[in-house]
Amino acid sequence: MSDLGLIRACSAIGAGLAVIAGIGPGVGQGIAAGHGAAAVGRNPGAKGDIMTTMLLGQAVAETTGLYGLLVALLLLFVHPLDV
Amino acid sequence: MTQGILLSSDVTESFMIKGVFKYTIFGQEVWITTTHICMLIVMLVLMVFALCVNRALKHASEVPTGLQNVAELIVEKLDGMVKSSMGKHAKVFGNYIATIFIFILVSNISGILGLRPPTADYGVTLPLGILTFTLIHVTQFKNNSLKQIWTDMCSPLPPWLPIWFPINVISEIAVPISLSLRLFANVLSGTIMMALVYGLLQWFAVLWPAALHVYFDLFSGAIQTYVFCMLTMTYISNAYGEES
Repeated sequence: MSDLGLIRACSAIGAGLAVIAGIGPGVGQGIAAGHGAAAVGRNPGAKGDIMTTMLLGQAVAETTGLYGLLVALLLLFVHPLDV
Repeated sequence: MTQGILLSSDVTESFMIKGVFKYTIFGQEVWITTTHICMLIVMLVLMVFALCVNRALKHASEVPTGLQNVAELIVEKLDGMVKSSMGKHAKVFGNYIATIFIFILVSNISGILGLRPPTADYGVTLPLGILTFTLIHVTQFKNNSLKQIWTDMCSPLPPWLPIWFPINVISEIAVPISLSLRLFANVLSGTIMMALVYGLLQWFAVLWPAALHVYFDLFSGAIQTYVFCMLTMTYISNAYGEES
């Protein structure tokens, strides 16, 4: 295997490892949604406020997962490690 | 592989930023890319809409009809959003927030019309983040004394012990970066997902990807727009300090 091929292959493995970062936001968003559902059950009148707060929090929590995605994309398409 | 454009490669992926026209200025190679063109289209659409609304409002009536109705609805909703999260400062920032809201929203959902969303380019979202950063700190320096700002920056510890100062500086600098990266990565991931669907399934991808478009372009785009504006407003409100 050529040097470049090895580097590209390892970059692909690294990209796959980087998107494991998606687990964290998944758990976090699930917890936020669960608590949102509980809050709506307790106080159905405040559904709109709960909804916006929940979506805002989820979108912020999503950021860490997106950083992992960005690292994966950079490894796959920009090839920063090429010799 | 062209190094000039971030996230581009020699493979002709359909979601990449492509250079359309190259020119040289001061010995530098500069590209007109798909981002520029899509952004110009978005701006033209918004300008034409604004001109039409302007003409409609020239002979506005007590009972709104047609375009006047639409314009009043948009302005009312945006004003309500700004007012609900900024309170009495809504007057100062209402115009700015509404402007970036409309621009980001139309940019995000332009993917549904076959354009490459301009916000899927870090060169578009980073300036938006920097604008927010500038607004936060201009507001902060206008409304707080220097002593108060210093106390805030040393926050958990007393002001004569600035051990926490560098960490607070880093967290201030992280604000525009995380704001812009969030918007960029969300829109880019939607664009890539749609390109993969169309690229992998070829002729099989007829009609049903419309459902995916609704999620990735409309829903995700609208949520991210809302989040960007909401966070901007929250940060600016915080910068007013306690006396507000």
